[in-house]
Amino acid sequence: MSDYVIDVHDLRKSFGMLKVVDGLSLQVAKGEICGFLGANGSGKTTTIRMLCGLLVADSGRGTCMGFDIIRQAASIRRHVGYMTQKFSLYEDLTVFENLDLVASVYEMPNARKAVQDIMDRMGIADRRDQLAGQLSGGWKQRLALTACILHEPQLLLLDEPTAGVDAKARREFWDLIHDMAGEGLTVLVSTHYMDEAERCNRIVYLAQGRIVVQGGADEVSHHSGLITYEATGPDVDAAARSLRRTPGIEAAAVFGRALHVAGTDRAALEAAIYLPEYASLSWREVEPRLEDVFIHMLSVKGEEP
Amino acid sequence: MISLTRLYALLRKEWIQVKRDAITLRFIIALPMMQLFLFGYAINTNPQHLPTGLLSVEHSKYERTIIAALRNSGYYDIRTLASEAEAERALAQGELMFVIAFPPNFERSIDRGERPAVLIDADATDPSAIGNATAALATITGALDRDLPPVMRTTPTAPAFQFVIHARYNPEQLTVLNIVPGLICIVLVMSTLFMTTLSITKERERGTMENLLAMPVRPIEVMVAKIVPYVFIGYIQVVLILIASVVFFQLPLRGSLVTLLMALGLFIACNLALGITFSTVSANQMQAIQMAQFTLLPSIMLSGFMFPFRGMPAWAQWIGEIFPTTHAMRIVRSVLLKGNGTPDILPELWPIAAFMVAVVAIAAWCYRETLE
Repeated sequence: MSDYVIDVHDLRKSFGMLKVVDGLSLQVAKGEICGFLGANGSGKTTTIRMLCGLLVADSGRGTCMGFDIIRQAASIRRHVGYMTQKFSLYEDLTVFENLDLVASVYEMPNARKAVQDIMDRMGIADRRDQLAGQLSGGWKQRLALTACILHEPQLLLLDEPTAGVDAKARREFWDLIHDMAGEGLTVLVSTHYMDEAERCNRIVYLAQGRIVVQGGADEVSHHSGLITYEATGPDVDAAARSLRRTPGIEAAAVFGRALHVAGTDRAALEAAIYLPEYASLSWREVEPRLEDVFIHMLSVKGEEP
Repeated sequence: MISLTRLYALLRKEWIQVKRDAITLRFIIALPMMQLFLFGYAINTNPQHLPTGLLSVEHSKYERTIIAALRNSGYYDIRTLASEAEAERALAQGELMFVIAFPPNFERSIDRGERPAVLIDADATDPSAIGNATAALATITGALDRDLPPVMRTTPTAPAFQFVIHARYNPEQLTVLNIVPGLICIVLVMSTLFMTTLSITKERERGTMENLLAMPVRPIEVMVAKIVPYVFIGYIQVVLILIASVVFFQLPLRGSLVTLLMALGLFIACNLALGITFSTVSANQMQAIQMAQFTLLPSIMLSGFMFPFRGMPAWAQWIGEIFPTTHAMRIVRSVLLKGNGTPDILPELWPIAAFMVAVVAIAAWCYRETLE
């Protein structure tokens, strides 16, 4: 048995002619929070579904919590908590009824008490008798998370759990994730939010069904070789528009009142921003933002074929 | 103001969507054609070649003449029976529609000019099925004319023998006694089939299927869980319908209520299982509904509800035999009108059970535990 909770090699999956996952290998250690990033359609959801047995890989091998992902899907289901991208509990059942169903399906001893305990822990006991369909987005997400940790899984697979949820709820959600990881739970979470990616121990970036880069947030930034300058001053929007078309500049975007430009060729980048027309701006070099890094990787990947 | 540009754009979009849903499109085109041919050829309100049993002791030449005349009318397919007990059983189970019994000493009675009576027991549970056959009897009473000595030949008022028709099970030949038991089954199939037809596609379309699949549940558990609540609802319907039938249509309940409830319970479960199967094999709710409708019409048309079963050509009868409604209808008629018990309805019970096992097997086979 491997030491990794997730240990898969060379997974492939196609839908018709489309290669959605194309030779993906991934190892995740116990207690790790692994962030799954990548554009829409890069294969995040498909990979997660293959890991929990909802899809069967065309080829490849590996284990999930020591169970073979092809032959022991039923055992994996018992020990994994999977939170779907779309809310998939029953909207016409109450919070309690949904959780009671889950606890019973997993044949938990003393299901009622387990449900009451988890509702207290997750702070949703007040909503016990409310229909799931009437909950707000944040509460729905909290209910879905509750439902998938109820049977005390060893591994959580969360597929864009915080999409469409407000900042406060997201913050609380991530605090919970970290608490659980501290107790030894392994988490694989896909997201589009960079602030969430920064809260992961490790980031795995996918493009076209392959892992492009992985590591800690700062490692990923360094690895990209991206140079970023920030400018403040008048009319940064106009500068951004013209810089975007300048050779040597891969990205120019305005964040709040500051303009960020990024490129891999330092000489070309510096030559571009020190042109007289941008003299009114004051420039300084900054750490590349994770978002710049990913957009950069996406455009590099796009040129490859 | 209607914009033609917008309208055209929308039309184009709808047309693309229609074309993409190839299965629905095929259904839309094929279904009406199939139904037209199916029902156009199958429906015949003048059934002929009805199975008839013969009880005769002497096999005289007069009897042979009359039997030949009955055969020539085209309405009667006659086979000889061994005993009255066999005749009773065959009538009760619906194997025979008529039993013809010649009295003893038939030939001598004719020769003596006693004008003996030939008894015809007819299964009148479906009056329209036997109507034309019995009407044809009037012309057959003259059949012996050529065999008889000239002095005894039929005068218009006094034929040499007469038929006495005994309309069994429904002596007044009330159509309502035929329609209502059939209607019980039609109402049940319509309501129960649709209860489960949408159940799995609904899970799929609401996205809850993904969560259900991710949990350790067995396909058969999911299906049984979806069927059982509706068996209860179906039973409530059965009881209400039976009460209404007895109270408003004066339907007799001659057989065992327990037998009837047991048989209808099986019938309901069978329809629910069929609904689940449609739901499992179809990609969306529209397809599931179409499959259910595709079952519903033949259940109404080919089961003997609208038209006499015996009036249909053999191939249509075979198709009719597949549908549980056909058998359920025979069971309801036989228990209510003929007073049959469980042993008598067994020949109709097992086809329903077999159908149910088959559709559950198909559903279990097609039920995917993955999202593919």
